[in-house]
Amino acid sequence: MASARVYLDYAASTPVDERVIQAMLPHFRPGFGNPSSIHGFGQEAQAALELARTRVGAVLGCASSEIIFTSGGTESDNLAVRGAALAAQAERGARHVLTSPVEHPAILNACRYLERYHAFEIELLPVDRFGRVDPDSVRRALRSETALVSVIHGNNEIGTVNPIREIAAICREREIALHTDAVQAASQLDLRSDELGADLISIGAHKFYGPKGVGALFCRSGIHLVAIQPGGGQEDGRRAGTENVPLIVGLATAFEITDAERGRHEPRFLSMRRRLIEAILASVPGAVLTGHPEARLPNHASFAFDGVDGNRLLAALDLAGFACSSASACKTGDPEPSSVLLALGLDPSLALGSLRVTVGRPTTEADIGEFLDVLPRLVEAQRRVALAAG
Amino acid sequence: MTLPGKVAVAMSGGVDSSVAAALLVDQGADVFGVMMRLWVEDGRVNRCCSPADVAGARSVAASLDIPFYVLDMKAAFKEHVVAVFLNGYAQGLTPNPCIECNRYIRWTRLLADAMSLGASFLATGHYAQVVERDGKRTLLRGIDPQKDQSYVLSVLGQSELARAVFPLGGLTKPEVRAYARQRGLAIADRPESQDLCFLAGEDYRSFLQRNGGDGLSPGPILDPAGNAVGEHSGLAAYTIGQRRGLGLASNEPLYVLAKDVTANTLVVGPRQSLGRNAFRTLPVNWVSGEPLQDSSKAEVQVRYRARQVGCQVKLLPDGGTEVDLDRPLPDVTPGQSAVFFRGEVCLGGGIIAS
Repeated sequence: MASARVYLDYAASTPVDERVIQAMLPHFRPGFGNPSSIHGFGQEAQAALELARTRVGAVLGCASSEIIFTSGGTESDNLAVRGAALAAQAERGARHVLTSPVEHPAILNACRYLERYHAFEIELLPVDRFGRVDPDSVRRALRSETALVSVIHGNNEIGTVNPIREIAAICREREIALHTDAVQAASQLDLRSDELGADLISIGAHKFYGPKGVGALFCRSGIHLVAIQPGGGQEDGRRAGTENVPLIVGLATAFEITDAERGRHEPRFLSMRRRLIEAILASVPGAVLTGHPEARLPNHASFAFDGVDGNRLLAALDLAGFACSSASACKTGDPEPSSVLLALGLDPSLALGSLRVTVGRPTTEADIGEFLDVLPRLVEAQRRVALAAG
Repeated sequence: MTLPGKVAVAMSGGVDSSVAAALLVDQGADVFGVMMRLWVEDGRVNRCCSPADVAGARSVAASLDIPFYVLDMKAAFKEHVVAVFLNGYAQGLTPNPCIECNRYIRWTRLLADAMSLGASFLATGHYAQVVERDGKRTLLRGIDPQKDQSYVLSVLGQSELARAVFPLGGLTKPEVRAYARQRGLAIADRPESQDLCFLAGEDYRSFLQRNGGDGLSPGPILDPAGNAVGEHSGLAAYTIGQRRGLGLASNEPLYVLAKDVTANTLVVGPRQSLGRNAFRTLPVNWVSGEPLQDSSKAEVQVRYRARQVGCQVKLLPDGGTEVDLDRPLPDVTPGQSAVFFRGEVCLGGGIIAS
């Protein structure tokens, strides 16, 4: 493997913060007890679990009882969408779910599941060319039988940030629950629940320098969920299974650090984002910025290049020592134009050539400089080879 | 010897390409793996790039600690290999898709991809050798006569050979297997298959049927004198020299002698009528870049696994050849390639004309 590699894919995952690792270790051993146990081992584990819940609640500005721990962002999304929709169906016969075409597959496929197995009607809200949902379109689409609205907060592919607060106000007027997938936003934006206004908020720890395999769902008091994983009575009966105490402590620690240090990183991220966008639009002929130019995650820059296979560009970048990602890329080599990019109205041939560059705490201006030095040449080489192939 | 520059290795998950990659890594070359994603009908699995093969190649690459990428070749493969296959049968030929894949996909598209990814060389697990002398490169048979694959590499020229690396050319298959074991490469012991990868294990006739191939309408079977002796099920189902599946009652075994697409007739006859002493080829690719001297002696191989026979090669104005065989061959088949050799040297090849 290349010796000096530059990682520019922090939207995919992040390295675990050393402070997070140290915070987790005592909970593997000696504090390994089961929080449900009566004895001292169990009591200590339960205390650690509830302390973590309180800490996460403090960051989100909510009661600890409003936090449910899960196995990650995907489970949080599933519990929110399927759990809240099925509860609304059971309580008032609601079978209509509003969501957007630019959601993460965890949301879209949870919706398809509701459609297929529970006879729900899934309605996709329109998005503008930046992938944003207009709050007014939510107002128009809401029905009395709407069970749930789910709109992504910060988009994983294109970085666009949705007006969740405005959408939440509309949903609240109609007393219909709003979920937002904040898995990408959690490392970048303030998610204080009263500010954001959503009734359900999904996060996953490995996107904010915590461990993989743990996430959380904020579920506003009064919002009912049907458990999608039946079992014991953990998490107030809403998510069965022995709580993963070390990882939950890790999530809480990582979330606190993220919140406390956001102000320190954000200006740097914004400056690197601006530099990436300006330089790439200037140096790569025909480059298109995908997503909103301003209302986007601070660490997120994404592009589309015509006449380029995103997969091949990623391989070329990797061999040159840079780790990025592409919405159309697939490790099986079966490129499909990203449905998110198609929903923005991008031409399919352009949607095949997407590139996402996301920076993180360890990223330096020098990394960005090196990346900007090689990218135009690599795009050009891929365009030449695609052109020769006809 | 360490190669001066990065080497892309075409990996399939099988033992040959895995050992080719391992040998290069062990020689200290700067290696990365590539795998081609080839076309297959919807809902089927291409034998050369099934999910299990991709996973296998990926795990071999991981154990060798080399980067590995899967490259989409579906559109090019469909256009240059599958279409030629369908077309060939429609014209009464017996096409060889492996030749076309090496010509247009592996040694054109994949080579260009490898270069664009920063490689200076493309290595494969083929059993063949390249020797350089005074800037001229010669293609030699692999030393294992059971495995020699120079036949399908006869499409290469000097510019491809300058980039080509065949780490297995000097090894026998048992040696390759032993190396894989010794190196601890986790390779599934799958049976070697001669089937075409995109047929997904099925008969080519049903593939032609599903994909709108021509040559599937029944017609008369004639004897050499032109008398109808039966009915064939569509010319695409037959190849020159075929004996089985004719469905004819006869005192002596009958063989397919010829196919006439225009008349949609199949001509059969006894074995002694089968041999051909001469045939023509379409324009030939000469590996050296220079045509053979007119009317010179060489050996020719008319199928992938056929034995070579002596011949005299006359050059035709269009770049094709007229080949006079030293002894008649029963299976000279239009659409297959005639590949010329002198001793171990592969001189080049051309498609046998109808």
